[in-house]
Amino acid sequence: MKPAAFDYHAPRTVEEAVALLATHGEEARILAGGQSLVPTMAFRMARPGVLVDINRIPDLAFLRAEDGILRIGALTRHAAFEKPVAPGPVGALLARVARHIAHAPIRQRGTFCGSLAHADPASEWCATTLALSGTLMVAGPDGQRAVAAEDWFQGVFTTAIAPGEMLAEVRLPLLGPDWRCGFAEFARRAGDFALAMAVVALRLDAGRVAEARIALGGIGGRPELAPDAAAALIGQLPRDAAQSSAERAAAGCDPQDDIHAPADYRRDLVRVMVRRAIEDAIAA
Amino acid sequence: MNWVGRRLRRFEDPALLRGEGRFTADVAVGARAVRFLRSPVANGRITALRPPEDMPPGSLFVSAAELGAIGTIRPMLYRFAYRAVEQPILPADRVHFVGQAVAAIVAPSAAMAEDLLEAVTFDIGSETALVAMDDALHPGAPAVHAVAPGNVAVEGVMESPEAAAAFASAPHVVEIALRSRRQNASPMEGRGGCAQYDRATGRVRLTASVQMPHMLRTGIAELLSMPEADLQVIAPDVGGGFGQKMALFPEYAVLVWLARRYRGDFAWIEDRNENLIASAHSRDQEHRLRGAFAADGTLLALEADILANVGAFSAYPTTCGVEPLMAFAEYPGPYKVPAYAARARGVLTHTCPMAPYRGVSRPVITFGLERLMDVAAKRIGIDPVAIRRMNLVDSFPHRSATGLTLDEASYIETLDDAAQHLDIPAFRERQKAARAQGRYLGLGLSVFNERTGYGTPAFAARGMGVVPGYEVVDIAMTPNGEVELRIGASPHGQGLRTALAQLVADRLGIAPESVRVIHGDTDRTPYGWGSFASRAMVISGGASQEAADKLAARLRAAAAKILQSSADDITLRDGEAVAGNGSSIALAALAKQVHQRSDLFDGFNLAESAHYDPPGTFSNACHAAIVEVDPETGHVRIERYLVVEDAGRIINPLIADGQVRGGVAQGIANALFEEIVIAEDGNILTGTLADYTLPSAMEIPEIEIHHRETISPFTLTGAKGLGEGGSIGAPAAIANAISDALSPFGVELFEIPATPPRIRAAIRAAEARA
Amino acid sequence: MSRHVVTFTVNGVAQRVEVEARSTLADTLRESCGLTGTHLGCEHGVCGACTVLVNDIPTRACLMFAVQADGAAIRTVEGLAAPDGTLNALQQAFQDHHGLQCGFCTPGFLMLSTWLLERDEVLSEATLREALASNICRCTGYQGIVEAVRSAARKAGRWAE
Repeated sequence: MKPAAFDYHAPRTVEEAVALLATHGEEARILAGGQSLVPTMAFRMARPGVLVDINRIPDLAFLRAEDGILRIGALTRHAAFEKPVAPGPVGALLARVARHIAHAPIRQRGTFCGSLAHADPASEWCATTLALSGTLMVAGPDGQRAVAAEDWFQGVFTTAIAPGEMLAEVRLPLLGPDWRCGFAEFARRAGDFALAMAVVALRLDAGRVAEARIALGGIGGRPELAPDAAAALIGQLPRDAAQSSAERAAAGCDPQDDIHAPADYRRDLVRVMVRRAIEDAIAA
Repeated sequence: MNWVGRRLRRFEDPALLRGEGRFTADVAVGARAVRFLRSPVANGRITALRPPEDMPPGSLFVSAAELGAIGTIRPMLYRFAYRAVEQPILPADRVHFVGQAVAAIVAPSAAMAEDLLEAVTFDIGSETALVAMDDALHPGAPAVHAVAPGNVAVEGVMESPEAAAAFASAPHVVEIALRSRRQNASPMEGRGGCAQYDRATGRVRLTASVQMPHMLRTGIAELLSMPEADLQVIAPDVGGGFGQKMALFPEYAVLVWLARRYRGDFAWIEDRNENLIASAHSRDQEHRLRGAFAADGTLLALEADILANVGAFSAYPTTCGVEPLMAFAEYPGPYKVPAYAARARGVLTHTCPMAPYRGVSRPVITFGLERLMDVAAKRIGIDPVAIRRMNLVDSFPHRSATGLTLDEASYIETLDDAAQHLDIPAFRERQKAARAQGRYLGLGLSVFNERTGYGTPAFAARGMGVVPGYEVVDIAMTPNGEVELRIGASPHGQGLRTALAQLVADRLGIAPESVRVIHGDTDRTPYGWGSFASRAMVISGGASQEAADKLAARLRAAAAKILQSSADDITLRDGEAVAGNGSSIALAALAKQVHQRSDLFDGFNLAESAHYDPPGTFSNACHAAIVEVDPETGHVRIERYLVVEDAGRIINPLIADGQVRGGVAQGIANALFEEIVIAEDGNILTGTLADYTLPSAMEIPEIEIHHRETISPFTLTGAKGLGEGGSIGAPAAIANAISDALSPFGVELFEIPATPPRIRAAIRAAEARA
Repeated sequence: MSRHVVTFTVNGVAQRVEVEARSTLADTLRESCGLTGTHLGCEHGVCGACTVLVNDIPTRACLMFAVQADGAAIRTVEGLAAPDGTLNALQQAFQDHHGLQCGFCTPGFLMLSTWLLERDEVLSEATLREALASNICRCTGYQGIVEAVRSAARKAGRWAE
């Protein structure tokens, strides 16, 4: 099980990386943590002719909170989030989520941005970024452009990235203390891709939900928002409305059948995970 | 000094811990790489198969055409309506399962060989694949092989005269249908071999990750019509086997053919994907089981209809009868079954062939029988412990309904011990309290026996063409006083080097450190059958003990001469031969004398040999699991897992407990996690370890072990085998515990693995019924 | 199909190898450096048998190309014991607690555990099992491995009682 042959480049700047993408076109792939790409190369399901390894670009190695925004550079590893990276609900949420991503050695190498670029429907960071209305900063020949998380995920492993572009950074809003964030997922084994997951972000006003976002992952071709389920919470005490929100999420989703779980089972899970994520948010 | 019974640290460990073990892939570094082109189609005719147009220097292409006239793999059974299926080393015309090796590519590196595989011209006319047993058995279904119309390769049928009447008149007849899904043994090291040609002697040395090196040598020599003495097979450090590495696989024959044809070194190291789709599968079985019970719960009769999906071919030497016929012969297990009726069929399909896997059919029949006991207990309104107690065999030897002799065991005692450790009344209280809070706990029991250490009579009874069973051990003392023990068994992780050294050390009054156990090399060991079927400690151990006793007699006789005493008066202890009057000689000095001055000892030497071929014995155990089931997700958490094990005399408790724990972990995997999923077209959908889900340290709980030691006169050492018991008991214990946990929903589980979706589906179905 | 000259240290020894870009670190250690203690169990990052430390970080050597390790300090199972073969405390704990049977997964578990014990964190039963879940063992049922690392952690003062 050996990868097909490829050429390897390790640029030192984003500009060099983008230039390599321009030169090699569709043949080129970005290599960051490699924890998703390399296995698919081992099976020869992915066979890039050129790998552009961005691990030696110092400008991409950053993680900082700035003006209420968490700025996550392309070389930030999953493990960086295992302890809260910022005070408040988002830092705490990211720490709870990070522990569910694969296993410790994978988290040491795999990157946050790599997960978003790969766009596995069961990726925790994808659902999280969607729930938090993150922004993706894409570098291309003409500099950077911003893509809203809602516009990013287009299908199974496909995103709004254009040929010649690379994901350089993800920005997450560091929500204020009136926000509560919650997460729940179900996987068969520790560290497995989840069969279903839910991430919720709720703004409370006098104990009632004033704003709500719910993202689901692991159930279909891409992570998706559950606006009906979120709407069911508005104006309610979250504990009282959790079940009806969960029912709406289950009714409104279109889960897929695969060898790990039939669709009706996934729908059951969505109901349970949404309710549990809301409970997690309340408890947080 | 008594070494038997001590938790001696293993001699095998230091090298493995330093990364200095020698596995097949380590030997293969530097050899030319062999990769196999595997069929993507389950059933079809090969219409084109040609090498890549551009073959770089050092590369080769081998298909049936290049191999020419060589033999086929065709193991035999002379009973049970066996249809002898022939497996070509590489097929010339048809493929029979997805993953079947069709051609080999040789290249300087594995990566280059894989590049070339992609350039082979290979076309198949795909035909309908028979994947499910129902389809293969359907009247009018095409035959997977013409020799087996109807697709039944082997069939056993028996019925006690009293069975029909017992069912007709019994107050309770309980019938259940069981499904065990297909599993892969998944040793951490896959299969692999490195064939090296020795130009000086013309011999080939095949280093391979196998459990039966002597059998492999015989099989390959026959296939290639070569002198068997020109082939040396070495099983070096082997990274687990669990039965999957017993069979004679076509790939090994190709390697030896290449080494002879091209006078060089060729290595094939199986990758994980190949292992999952194309090595050997197991446990794909369906049973229908009926029990006739008296009003008080006494079992009056048992009826079993057993179907085993044996795949496309018959594994050599065990044959495709191994699963169905073991279920057929051993279904009554540890219970008194006055009347028994059974039909067992091995069904041919277009799928990867079945081969033995730890426990073979016993995890499935124990799952069946123990589910039957729980369902019957509930129906009759008695306690699960009570129904087992009244039906377990309690006097020995016991002749089973299928003619097996059950030797002294502790069926009731292990059950009672388990019940006591669990404190069942206290658990029932806790279960009630938890249910009131919406939490679902359950307790499951599993009582079983494990036929181990059986020699040729047991295999001959199956009518096998190749009858394994005996073991020969050669022992010798060097002039410096170390002992060399050459065994035909072939350990691959079990710690036999340590355990046999303990056994022999006691017989010779020496330290285990001075015993070298030599194994896994056909040039250096007597012909033997390898390690499988929980046999090595019993059979090789028995032969080792006998050989050591014979050597001890020689040492005593020699010492008597020197110490001017009689052999009866000499004791061997602490590395010395000691006479009754206290005079002594160090064994090293004695050995030197005997070797170097044999003129003084009438030409006497210090080499002996012993042969052991026992009838077989039965270990037994009671497993118990306490689980918590999340009815919303179907998730099962194992809160407690307990084993009361009786494998007779325990030679090394550290190793014995390790065998039990490892077995239980595989049994839990069988119960909850692992399943080879095959699509309707015969393609395998679980070809990665992300899809075929081996449990990790988070899923396997701590396993609590208690021992009993019922010493059986049926084995020389008093030891019974225990390699498989852990995996035999666990599926039933877990399935019973889940069913107990979900009894408020009216759920009874009859399918393994009991995955979360299956558990949820069972709950949903039960809710729909209610 | 680029080829690269790569230099790194393995267990403190400088190595200079010429590799194809597609050579994984695991294959390079085994074939170019002759260090066959690092085993390949799945080659797709699930089993953890090939775990080595790259700049002190546990890494699936099957998911990293050797060319990426240029300039790195790599540690493998061969570097754990003393030069005379004496086992280190962790290795000894594995033997004492029967943390291995066939030994194929063992190098990966040892390197993962080496990292766990070197981190500035105490381990508990829960965090240890969670971390060990990264690797697969088919023989032991994990208990011997858990006991071995627990015992080594206790001795190193890194165990939360």
